[in-house]
Amino acid sequence: MPSIVTVQNLRKAYAGGFEALKGVSLDIEEGEILALLGPNGAGKTTLISTICGITVPTSGSITVGGHDTQTSFRAARDLIGLVPQEINLEPFETVFNTVRFSRGLFGKPRNDAYVEDILKQLSLDDKKDSKIMMLSGGMKRRVLIAKALSHEPRVLFLDEPTAGVDVELRKDMWEVVARLKASGVTIILTTHYIEEAEAIADRVGVINKGEILLVQDKADLMAQMGQKQLQIALSDPISEIPNALNSYALERSDDGLHLTYSYDTTGERTGITTLLNDLQASGLQMKDIQTKQSSLEDIFVGLVKEQA
Amino acid sequence: MNLTAVKSIYVFEMARFFRTLTQSLISPVLSTSLYFVVFGAAIGSRIQEVEGVSYGAFIVPGLIMLSVMTQATSNASFGIYFPKFIGTIYELLSAPVNFLEITMGYVGAAATKAMFIGLIILGTAYFFVDLQIAHPIAMLAFLTLTCISFALLGFIIGIWAGNFEQLQLIPLLVITPLVFLGGSFYSITMLPPVWQTITLFNPVVYLISGFRWAFFGTADVGIGVSLAAIALFTGICLAVIWWIFRTGWRIRE
Repeated sequence: MPSIVTVQNLRKAYAGGFEALKGVSLDIEEGEILALLGPNGAGKTTLISTICGITVPTSGSITVGGHDTQTSFRAARDLIGLVPQEINLEPFETVFNTVRFSRGLFGKPRNDAYVEDILKQLSLDDKKDSKIMMLSGGMKRRVLIAKALSHEPRVLFLDEPTAGVDVELRKDMWEVVARLKASGVTIILTTHYIEEAEAIADRVGVINKGEILLVQDKADLMAQMGQKQLQIALSDPISEIPNALNSYALERSDDGLHLTYSYDTTGERTGITTLLNDLQASGLQMKDIQTKQSSLEDIFVGLVKEQA
Repeated sequence: MNLTAVKSIYVFEMARFFRTLTQSLISPVLSTSLYFVVFGAAIGSRIQEVEGVSYGAFIVPGLIMLSVMTQATSNASFGIYFPKFIGTIYELLSAPVNFLEITMGYVGAAATKAMFIGLIILGTAYFFVDLQIAHPIAMLAFLTLTCISFALLGFIIGIWAGNFEQLQLIPLLVITPLVFLGGSFYSITMLPPVWQTITLFNPVVYLISGFRWAFFGTADVGIGVSLAAIALFTGICLAVIWWIFRTGWRIRE
């Protein structure tokens, strides 16, 4: 896949000397969903703001669709839609006029049918003549998305789109994102909800203290770093692990009813078959077995801890 | 040039004006009527004529200027301060627009509103005094230039202001005194010579004088000087705004 956004050695130092970005390089592929994970203050928003032109970089370069964001800012920004983290909306204007304004601001000719269609997709069509101050928080967030989509962007930045949003609306948002991806829009979202990245991203980037720690295919990342665990529930408690099973490094639960076996999914032999055979041979009665994959969260926490 | 963006900003800002149309219009009409009652009828009846014009008519250009300058400044400063305050400025900064387009949209709308109010006051004045306009086209040209230049000044104030108090500060402390002392209600030839010289440092004098010339054909200073002064003022404001957008001062911090 060709990259649609290329960030090279991007630095941003604020007046007080604080370095929000310390030489970030990142390629975003056309048509993908990239989730940027990071704790608060990691530099996620600064990175997005700099790509979108809100923040001026100290050094480094950014191209969007091959256009440099500094020297040919119009061509670059034409391609970008931004949904900010804060709900920043003109309270006294109607939903429809606000969205139409955004389209005009990006130089696109008036197209009320298109705006109506976006509002419909975001279930805002019955609110189009309402003043924004009359809407609920979740509705306002949809208006922000409608504004960002009003000028038909090729790249959409969603800065914490589901912060403070209830579960139902979050699922709705994910659906919207999936539909956009299907229509060919590249999506970059920042989040600190790991399950969000796990649910919808193609690739995951981890950023902390102004540095990108890794960018990887989500499945690869989880397979590569993922440990799997096999949990065996026993019918009768055991006080100690039989000697025949010593080579497996099993963990016994305090009540003696569970054994846990950790293995690497990428290894040639996981050792499960022999373990199960040996368990049977040692006369233990198995009640249930289940496997558990380590989540992105475990990986993420591990990475951020490592850096600190 | 992204003219669609300029038009969008302009229309969006004008919508704000029309949402509060009644307030926007009642207040200037009422205050103008009060000025006419107090200065025109009560005090003006004791003043014979100023430069061959009845006092009631003489103060009309000054009154219009007073309103237009304060309205243009406050409209433009509020227009750009409000997006900063509520955070919608992110959209302007991430849109494919440059400083000139943003300025044209906001300043154009603020100047239009001020112009509108100026013309309403002129209309109101016809109810109180007998008024002839010697140079109608020059009058409109001066009015337009004043609206634009003070809207530019307001735009700068709006970007500079960090809170609502600061937004009010410059209009209150600088513009109102300069307008009152700039010959709105008197001819500067009525002042002692020392004060006449001091007054010439007040830029508003040139605007009011030029505007009054368009009405009555008489002026405190030459019409060419008036035009040069307003052009200079506009030029300085534009240069400051260009610098603001270039450096991101108070916008991209």
